[in-house]
Amino acid sequence: MTETDHPDSVSPTVAAETGAAPPEAAAPGEVLISVADLTKHYGAIRAVDGISFEVRRGDVLGFLGPNGAGKTTAMKMITGFLEPDRGSIEVAGIDVAADRLAVSRRIGYLPEDAPAYGEMTVEAFLRFIAEARELEAADEAIDRVLETAHLRSVRGQTIETLSKGYKRRVGLAQALIHDPDVLILDEPTDGLDPNQKAVVQDLISSLSANRCIVLSTHILDEAERVCNRAVILSEGRILVDSTPDALVAQAPGHNAVRFRVTEGDAAEVAAILSAADWCAGARVLPGGEVEAEPRDGQNRLNDVLAAVGEHRVADVRVREGRLDELFRDVTRGVAA
Amino acid sequence: MSGFARRFTGMRAVLRREFHGYFASPLGYIFIVIFLIASGYLMVSRDFGRFLELREANLDALFSYLPWIFVVLVPAVAMRLWAEERRSGTVELLLTLPITLEGSYLGKFLAGWAFLAVSVFLTWPAVFQVARLGDPDWGAIFASYVATLLAAGVLLAIGLLFSALSKNQVVAFILAVAASVGFLLIGVPQTQEFVGKWFGGYVERVVSSLSLLDHFETLTRGLLQLNSLLFFVLFTVGWLVCGMLVLGQTKTN
Repeated sequence: MTETDHPDSVSPTVAAETGAAPPEAAAPGEVLISVADLTKHYGAIRAVDGISFEVRRGDVLGFLGPNGAGKTTAMKMITGFLEPDRGSIEVAGIDVAADRLAVSRRIGYLPEDAPAYGEMTVEAFLRFIAEARELEAADEAIDRVLETAHLRSVRGQTIETLSKGYKRRVGLAQALIHDPDVLILDEPTDGLDPNQKAVVQDLISSLSANRCIVLSTHILDEAERVCNRAVILSEGRILVDSTPDALVAQAPGHNAVRFRVTEGDAAEVAAILSAADWCAGARVLPGGEVEAEPRDGQNRLNDVLAAVGEHRVADVRVREGRLDELFRDVTRGVAA
Repeated sequence: MSGFARRFTGMRAVLRREFHGYFASPLGYIFIVIFLIASGYLMVSRDFGRFLELREANLDALFSYLPWIFVVLVPAVAMRLWAEERRSGTVELLLTLPITLEGSYLGKFLAGWAFLAVSVFLTWPAVFQVARLGDPDWGAIFASYVATLLAAGVLLAIGLLFSALSKNQVVAFILAVAASVGFLLIGVPQTQEFVGKWFGGYVERVVSSLSLLDHFETLTRGLLQLNSLLFFVLFTVGWLVCGMLVLGQTKTN
């Protein structure tokens, strides 16, 4: 995936579809969320332990972490629902502790499991949100988000009769109705089937122009698909703050070369490769294939083929690092 | 916007949503039907109101039993208001909108109160009947409606507090009924006698001044006395403030 360093380069059709402000109105890179030394205890448990970070316009920041890592707690504090024990949060330059109402007007928030009033129709629910947000042009805003979240066909249905995927989109529509600069999405795709996930992820990607989005997930593919920044949290602390691409490169087994030996002895080939100075180690896998891992994470396909020499090999491929392996290493407390 | 008005930001949107909510489900209609049947029955029954036997052109037979009907029905109106928000997690959505806790709390209270007012005013056929059959004291009837609404308000504030306290609607209902019954029982003669016997006349006077039933009766007689009006206003505000404090603690659990 490519990084979105220049949110202005996003095509104008995307901006038009999402109803975002025209690109020239945006100051790219402006800090929209600034969190310093944020801490929250639940009794003796430290849910969030002194985290600090900044999120800029154009960023899609993924909070990754195992359950109970403090992702949801951190988000609840950014939206002002929970008060921190210590630390400060500024959203668009406004201190959350000093003026929650002003901050709430700048934030669109999708809480975990996308709660909504089930007995209301989609349209009545959005109308309530528009009224609570005191929107001047409520009808246009409702129309716009029904379109953005692909909800036109169910606008008259009560929310409790909708599938999970639709419910999640109702939650997103609600968060977008005032066209906010800051979107906070708590596990936006959790519990959805693969098709529904794809729809919601595409929707989020289309929203990233001119905004800053913070989303939490424990699905690492999702971070790779949607985010341009990834923060790994564990036990309330930030362990890694990087980009998904950089994380993939750091992951164990990144650029490892795998192949099958068709003529000759696999163990012998593995021994030859292990002896090479660029190689961190080569071994014969249970299936009979050989895997050689590079020391520096670089693509060493040519070196592998040169070292193999007389032996005939087939099915050669270079593996990508897997985030979940890195994730397991990091959150287990092992250095990446 | 002044600081005080800002405190209740979002109240109107919550009020409208909740008020419409009563009529969007069968609950509201069922409530109204039960309320009207119960109040009508108690009014004309030979064991209770004896409206037809007394042959008097007043509505004491109707109003004197309403607090006892409210003890059960008002908690039913209140139980959903916060318990359901907390159970379903919508409280997090609500309180991260530009809506204050005070604004949403008062909005829900006013919505429930307005719904109760609609139910109470649907007793108009009784007024129509006494007007047709005799020459009623209109001042007393007006004062009785005021007293009924005030009693409904204070009981609703009690119910709302228990709804903020428990995620479970049934638990909220039972606790609210128990508290409301307690609040009413302070006023019955047996309790006052008991208190007078054990704690002396001074305590008895204090307890009797806290009696909802006494103040209710004073008002329904047509005496809009300031201390009785203040009793209802202060208790309603008191229960509301307590409820807001409770919700501030329980909203995140």
